[in-house]
Amino acid sequence: MPPVAIETAMTLQLSHLSRRFTGIPALDDVSLAIAPGEFLALLGSSGSGKTTLLRILAGLDYPDAGTVQLDGRDFLAAEARERKVGLVFQHYALFRHLTVAENVAFGLRVRARKSRPSNADINRRVEQLLKRVQLDGYGRRYPAQLSGGQRQRVALARALAVEPSLLLLDEPFGALDAQVRVALRRWLRELHEELRLTTVFVTHDQEEALELADRIAVMNHGHIEQVGTPEVIYQQPATPFVCEFIGKMNKLAVTCADGRMSVGDWVLEGLPGNDRHAKVVAYVRPEHLSLGLPETRPGWTARLRHVYLAGSVAHLELHIPAIGQTLEADVGGEDVARLGLQVGTELRVAPRSAVVFALGESDARLPFEERWFWQAPDAVPPVPRATSVASIGEGRARAGRCS
Amino acid sequence: MSRLKRQPPWSRQIGRVLLALVAISFLVLFLLLPLAVVFVEALRQGLHVYLSSIGQHEALAAIRLTLLVAAISVPLNVVFGVAAAWLMARFEFRGKALLGAFIDLPFSVSPVISGLVYVLLFGAQGWFGSWLGAHDIKIIFAVPGLVLATIFITLPFVARELIPLMQSQGSDEEEAARVLGAGGWQMFFRVTLPNIRWALLYGVLLCNARAMGEFGAVSVVSGHIRGLTTTMPLEVEMRYNEYDYVGAFAIATLLALLALLTLAIKTLLEWRYSDEIAAHAPGGH
Repeated sequence: MPPVAIETAMTLQLSHLSRRFTGIPALDDVSLAIAPGEFLALLGSSGSGKTTLLRILAGLDYPDAGTVQLDGRDFLAAEARERKVGLVFQHYALFRHLTVAENVAFGLRVRARKSRPSNADINRRVEQLLKRVQLDGYGRRYPAQLSGGQRQRVALARALAVEPSLLLLDEPFGALDAQVRVALRRWLRELHEELRLTTVFVTHDQEEALELADRIAVMNHGHIEQVGTPEVIYQQPATPFVCEFIGKMNKLAVTCADGRMSVGDWVLEGLPGNDRHAKVVAYVRPEHLSLGLPETRPGWTARLRHVYLAGSVAHLELHIPAIGQTLEADVGGEDVARLGLQVGTELRVAPRSAVVFALGESDARLPFEERWFWQAPDAVPPVPRATSVASIGEGRARAGRCS
Repeated sequence: MSRLKRQPPWSRQIGRVLLALVAISFLVLFLLLPLAVVFVEALRQGLHVYLSSIGQHEALAAIRLTLLVAAISVPLNVVFGVAAAWLMARFEFRGKALLGAFIDLPFSVSPVISGLVYVLLFGAQGWFGSWLGAHDIKIIFAVPGLVLATIFITLPFVARELIPLMQSQGSDEEEAARVLGAGGWQMFFRVTLPNIRWALLYGVLLCNARAMGEFGAVSVVSGHIRGLTTTMPLEVEMRYNEYDYVGAFAIATLLALLALLTLAIKTLLEWRYSDEIAAHAPGGH
């Protein structure tokens, strides 16, 4: 290994990890670098391999192939107990026969005698940690006497007691009700900002990932679809899967003919429309649909089917007869009255921006052949032209082939 | 219509009382009456005769032997039971279902057959008989045979108690302990064992009761050598066959008392730790 710079010294480098369970791949050639102090979310639906990845980092499972290196050292060679990892389980996994204080002290009490703190030190540490997780005074209770949120905080205190260099959270809020979840989420973020502990958390809840994480790794069928900041993940989805998984998207089938791409009367200006691609789809976010366009602009005539007013935002259901699809559009709550939006109203609609994928049949291993970020020509300047934007991001699009 | 709906409550009560009567009379007829008979017959000729028949040399030898056999086979059973339950509850492997069936085998095989198997293996005319004879090792018609047969018969008790419990508890807590730095033994003694302790105790109780009370398998391998290879149940049978009814029933009272004691402790455990024990009754997996 070449000498590593100080700043990247504690980077956790996962390379080409694969893991199969009775023939079914849970992890398929996963590579990922986890920077020191970062808050990384592993986001994916169940069976996407995210928990397997977490368990490998915790030392509870081992990959069939691939390496994990910390500071150039083989991380996988270390046993679970030697890794200085804190793990918080989805269902807390508190020791039910021990009190809260004994739970928190566990990691210190099982140490070899020469590295074990004195009883007084352990008690002091436990007290501090319980204060930190806002549970001072609860030390003598048993886990069964606590609420879900309290148990989760005990689990966190227990994990922090061993002063881990890596904190792993498996669906930390999965078993909690919505209100507690949001409160605990914010609190965890604050704790992270205070401790700056490298944290990896697994979640299937995209809202949680978008709100909490510095970076998100979107996982699907055992591989990572995209890694990036929440903004990049949301605005520049790398693959059709990420498009469909993150946020809401309207999916449109694009026709390529006469040297242009179009969906009904809407033309994606600036994108080449050749028939090289078997299938082209455009993804449009609900908030990227412009309503009430002038007649001169290319777009669709839509009929408003439903208005779901959800506080500050209104979700509109627009039926477009020309393409036989119902799209969803989001507008500000006050715009509903301003634009005179009533069920049955006819209005002209067109996307302001879209993510377009050319899906290939030729190479089944790739999720798509080309990707474009399209924006309406008259969108707010400065506008990167659609073709030049194509190379942005970390996706597997091969930009430039389309010109 | 309304008359049908508004059935007089007393008819339903009669049904309930009838059901209770049937159940109670069965209990009395088949459980309490025999139990009472044991004590009545044992004390028929007075307390003195009762005590002296228990105090006989052969009776004391039988009690000692029974305790010895239980003292050897129950701890071995605990070791096997915990190991097997661990294997069944924590690991996925080929042949797991087969192992589960094997653990249950002593339940489904007639005890006489299991005793006979040991005779065929280790008896003088058995597979290893000549080798054992050449090395002067006695298994059949000796204490080792009794222990072997008892272990075989009681094999499922602890394991069957623990497997469903450990399966339902899952391995989360053990994994948490490992990540927190606990070694294998620390994990076992600090996390696993406390979580299964009541089920384990329960299994040990049942196992012990069976170990002391086993007749069939032990009878085949014992050879009925008075004072040497007769356990309490065998002693009961031998005395009975010799028309020593008081003596037979005197020993039987000891076995009955053991059963009652087991029952009492079991009930106490169930009452005190009901959620921990009853929640994991067999069938939960």
